[in-house]
Amino acid sequence: MNSTTTTTQIAYPLIGVAILFAIWGAYCWLFSVPEVVLPSPGQVAVAFFDSFGVLMREGWVTLVETVLGFALAMAVGLPLAVAIANSRPLNLMFYPLLVALQSVPKVALAPIVLVWLGTGLESKLAIVWLVAFFPIIIDTAAGLRSTPRELIQLAHSLKASPWQIFYKVQFPAALPFVLTGAKVAITLAVIGAVIGEFMGSSSGLGYLLLSATSQLNTPLAFAALFALSFLGLGVYAVVELVEIAIARWLPPRATGH
Amino acid sequence: MGFVEITNVRKVFGGKEKEVVALDEASLTFDEGEFVALIGPSGCGKTTLLTIVAGLASKTSGSVKVGGKEVTGPYPDYGFVFQQPSLMPWRSVLQNVLFPMEILGRNDAQAKARAEQLLEMTGLHAFANARPHELSGGMQQRVSLCRALIHKPKLLLMDEPFGALDEFTRLDMNDLLLKIKAETGASVLFVTHSISEAVYLSDKVVVFTRRPARVSAEFQIDIPAPRTQACRFTPEFIEAERRASEALGLLVGTH
Repeated sequence: MNSTTTTTQIAYPLIGVAILFAIWGAYCWLFSVPEVVLPSPGQVAVAFFDSFGVLMREGWVTLVETVLGFALAMAVGLPLAVAIANSRPLNLMFYPLLVALQSVPKVALAPIVLVWLGTGLESKLAIVWLVAFFPIIIDTAAGLRSTPRELIQLAHSLKASPWQIFYKVQFPAALPFVLTGAKVAITLAVIGAVIGEFMGSSSGLGYLLLSATSQLNTPLAFAALFALSFLGLGVYAVVELVEIAIARWLPPRATGH
Repeated sequence: MGFVEITNVRKVFGGKEKEVVALDEASLTFDEGEFVALIGPSGCGKTTLLTIVAGLASKTSGSVKVGGKEVTGPYPDYGFVFQQPSLMPWRSVLQNVLFPMEILGRNDAQAKARAEQLLEMTGLHAFANARPHELSGGMQQRVSLCRALIHKPKLLLMDEPFGALDEFTRLDMNDLLLKIKAETGASVLFVTHSISEAVYLSDKVVVFTRRPARVSAEFQIDIPAPRTQACRFTPEFIEAERRASEALGLLVGTH
């Protein structure tokens, strides 16, 4: 990639954002929209910097919920995917169930989780886990099962142990799929954390957003919304960076689907 | 007593209702250092026989002995080359070649020296640290060949290894394979679709038919070594091709 295209790739999206903000600002100004209905970009920026400390504090709570819940989803999802991909009985028993469960709207489970686990960190982690878990297990299982048959045969011909086949052949082959799942999961994890905070919480950006709107402090609600977006982008970028680091030693066609 | 003895091997797929005979009463014997080509139409059971000899597939009945020992499962005395290079994209060329030694627990300095020697022999020494996707199809298949040879197997099992290559690369690979065979003294069991490739490479050509899936003919190729591309235009070569074509039933109905 040469420098001209790099500049273009950064400049054009920024121009797009600038246009959107300009339309938003012009709309507020032309129609004298009250701040409580839709604050102008300037008012949101002021609220953002005035409440920067609060946003950071509540953002940290949401970040911890997101990252821990995601880590938990990875920790449970990966071994389960391995079990399902390698055992035909387990696959038959649980794969259809998993796919069916994936169609259950996880938001609907949030109130029940709250009843079980209370309003603390535990219920947030459980909700994040619930929404982030499925893409990880489904994509990882798909990746493990897509390992080229010849590579498995080669390993068998050398009398490789099941563990050797797993960590020298299957897992590296599945890694691009795992990362595709992780990218979807980390985005969902942020949503999960906010759902949890909406349902019952006394901290976090979701809670801040709710309390700001209930006090008709719309600029602060918007500031919280932006903070959430930055948080989401940040955690996604981290996963993306891991993928880029790994993609360097993989051919283009083998990175995910 | 041959090095490889295949006696009345039969392979049936499916249950009682729908039996599919993939291979019927195949018998074949060859000695150490011999090059044997299995040729026939798709679905005639030659690949099935190869995987049975490799211990990667089970047989319904019959016996396969390699070096006097009955084959009951995989054994590391052979190298396998697939139709596709089947390299690991996350490993360098050298690491791919050393993969069998890692599994066999013999990945030492000696193994590395041998890997480098093999890469040298196949003209790949400059690419030892390259990734597979940076190489052409023919080069990838040479890496795959090095990987099959790294643990000094006495037997090479090759499943249409050059079928996906273009004609020029294929001719190059044929000569390389003859050179490797001369240097290592390994026996080769080679599945192919190409009559001229089978004749050019082999000491013995075994012809399979589809229905029933069985060995229909077997004959020696008496073109002396070293063979060069010029051999393809000798009367002996053309006669051998004619015999193979006849055994394959390709000459029936021609005027």
